[in-house]
Amino acid sequence: MRAFATLLERLLYTTGRNAKLLLLADYFARRPDPERGFALAAMAGALDFPGAKPAILRALVATRVDPVLFELSYDFVGDLAETIALIWPAPVQGAPPDLAAIVSALRTTPKSEVPALIGTWLDDSDVATRIALIKLITGGLRVGASLRLAKLALAQQFSVDIDAIEEIWHGLTPPYQPLFDWLERRAPRPEPGATPMFRPPMLAHPLELSDQARLNWAEYRAEWKWDGIRVQLAATPSGRRLYSRGADDISASFPEIIAAMDFHAVLDGELLVIRDGVVAPFADLQQRLNRKTIAARHRAAYPVAVRLYDMLFEGAEDVRAFAFDERRARLERWYHATKPALMDLSPQISFRTEADLVALRDTARRDGIEGLMLKAGASPYVGGRPKGLWWKWKRDPLSLDCVLMYAQRGHGKRSSFYSDYTFGVWTADRRLVPVGKAYSGYTDAELSFLDRWIRAHTVASYGPVREVEPGIVFEIGFDAAQRSSRHKSGIALRFPRILRLRPDKPAAEADTLEAALALLG
Amino acid sequence: MAPHPSTWLQPRPEGLFCLPGGFFIDPTRAVERAVITHGHADHARPGHAHVLATAETLAIMRVRMPEGKAGAQQQNVAPGETIRVNEVAIRLVPAGHVLGSCQIILEYQGSRAVISGDYKRQPDPTCAPFEPIKCDVFVTEATFGLPIFHHPDASLEIARLLASVSLFAHRAHLIGAYGLGKTQRLIALLRQAGYDAPIFLHGALVKLCALYEEFGVALGDLRPATVADKAALRGAIVLAPPSAISDRWARRLDDPVIAAASGWMMVRQRAKASGVELPLVISDHADWQAILHSIAETEAPEIWVTHGAEAALIHQLDLLGLRGRALRLIGYGDDGEAP
Repeated sequence: MRAFATLLERLLYTTGRNAKLLLLADYFARRPDPERGFALAAMAGALDFPGAKPAILRALVATRVDPVLFELSYDFVGDLAETIALIWPAPVQGAPPDLAAIVSALRTTPKSEVPALIGTWLDDSDVATRIALIKLITGGLRVGASLRLAKLALAQQFSVDIDAIEEIWHGLTPPYQPLFDWLERRAPRPEPGATPMFRPPMLAHPLELSDQARLNWAEYRAEWKWDGIRVQLAATPSGRRLYSRGADDISASFPEIIAAMDFHAVLDGELLVIRDGVVAPFADLQQRLNRKTIAARHRAAYPVAVRLYDMLFEGAEDVRAFAFDERRARLERWYHATKPALMDLSPQISFRTEADLVALRDTARRDGIEGLMLKAGASPYVGGRPKGLWWKWKRDPLSLDCVLMYAQRGHGKRSSFYSDYTFGVWTADRRLVPVGKAYSGYTDAELSFLDRWIRAHTVASYGPVREVEPGIVFEIGFDAAQRSSRHKSGIALRFPRILRLRPDKPAAEADTLEAALALLG
Repeated sequence: MAPHPSTWLQPRPEGLFCLPGGFFIDPTRAVERAVITHGHADHARPGHAHVLATAETLAIMRVRMPEGKAGAQQQNVAPGETIRVNEVAIRLVPAGHVLGSCQIILEYQGSRAVISGDYKRQPDPTCAPFEPIKCDVFVTEATFGLPIFHHPDASLEIARLLASVSLFAHRAHLIGAYGLGKTQRLIALLRQAGYDAPIFLHGALVKLCALYEEFGVALGDLRPATVADKAALRGAIVLAPPSAISDRWARRLDDPVIAAASGWMMVRQRAKASGVELPLVISDHADWQAILHSIAETEAPEIWVTHGAEAALIHQLDLLGLRGRALRLIGYGDDGEAP
């Protein structure tokens, strides 16, 4: 367990990507099976211990530490695992079991005995090991290295192509013994076989003005950019899966889509709530996400459908190497022959010149559409984010100049910085009313400036929240303004983010509530 | 019956005010009469008419402040000596925080309050150790007033630093350290651990190191980092203010190991957010246990908390059956010098 904890600790403090790759490669090369497999599983978030949830750890720590002191400490540290690790009172005694033994103990120990078991492990660990242990068992491992980076480290260390790993990844389970056997040339590559595997989706680059100038428009096809979630539908004779863009299996949340996948293909599309042919706001789709089981009335209230725009496999045939135009033609032929329920085709938008699309994009302000997609007609389907083949071209956000009102410390990397901001606009009688919160859109230097400014200009504290003088103006970008009964201002902003700081603008000259209300969609 | 300290010692916007004595303790803005615990910028502000402090603190103020700003009239008091101002007896007793740092003991009509300023309980070769004084009210800081803070023995952290220096023998180790106190303590600890190679200093640290040496704290071979060439700094230990370690100043070093010495380094994400590769948990403040231990030693039935994580400390006092009071003094610990 100590080796894994050391890896996590070093990854945390290492900034360079190459240095992280080296650390990971070194770990995978040196550590034995099945420990390294479980470490990889932990990074993949593929370990689930039903008896060891954050609530259990909270309850466990409550048996050792005063709850008020714990909450105050948690507020300061901002990370549950680290708070528990730091506040855990016992001095270091022995050494905890190794990673594989911990995984096996968690899987076999009766649920009622798990807290006591974890307690003895924590007693036997130093702070770094406690953090690793807690992150491992609660599955909240944020190690400063993505799963993709871990796979890349494996690919480099064992001289294989990363895509060769990605292709078989979803057919594997922890501790991935067949993977390591193949990587170390003890066995052939595991067969992806007929299981409905996740394939790395093709992602688009944001289209910047500089790209726009260089684009040869005739080579591109245009589609709407739908404001839903990107999904991959994988249906083979041996099963059906609905995957999110991030490779999460979300089949259980959308049983009606799974039921409609009465075919043999791998398709790419957008999951949307559609009522009577009209795409509902994203907020409706959110009602269906992150649910393990779905009540019938929920399904009826938020009816989902998939708008298809690409095809990866037709039957067993891999069509990803074909050009986009060819795949689109196949997708259309297949669609008209198959007529799957709850699915339609995302239309292609005909245009002659760049100017046609500029006009369309600017007017595309209605529910369900975020902007335009541009796809090179000749592009094969390439997993990842290849440059120059697909572009996303979001409509410009709406914006308001708002005044910083309250600040709160962030979590994770920003746990000691005042990084979460509530901002407001002026009412007719010159009071500030909050219209939203933003957590992003500033540079590290700006964050550190804001943090210092907030500490020096606090006028009141409410627990973790600081109220500040009106002095900082943000230009806030957002996708839409909606009526809201939850906000005093009566308005809520969708996807608010800080476009920039406006040090040039006095707070008194920021926007008014009247101006904000005029933007209601 | 002796008057309760709350009748003669009051928090005001400028800081804690002693009514019968007519002076403030560590006032955060310029006042007529100030008694100052130690030289850190959030406690020792410029522009007071009359300043009472130890000779070391007064000297530190003169080094750091523009000519004439370190108190129009300076009065130095030796630790242990008693000064009377009106009916108030003032005595200064070491606080163990930095060179010259003292607690201020006030006695008025048989009632005693101890204003500890910033303090620590770990041994420090550069200043006199904290002395607990029994009192009716103990005024404490709570910079690290959460049970997550337990500062390890500083010599263990120095050993980690030296291990890294020998492991990455070709890289400079650039350590962010506050200019007053932390810098000199780190150097003294390194010397104690047998490290006698030259230590290189950012220009902002030079004057205070010289002042420490004038007061008899030997720091060994110190050299300016600013004029040294890149090659000479390879493998060396370089000290700089925390703000310089990830700034342009650091470019004079070739691929340095970035370290920082502070109590905040206990919290990983905080260390990481400041761009630190080698966090060293070395603090000039009392950690949670040391605060509670000090409070117990004063035997004070009532504790006032000036600044820091006062909510947790006051809750703990409540659990211990002691009276806790948050003074919520604004202006301490926020200038980045406190750790």
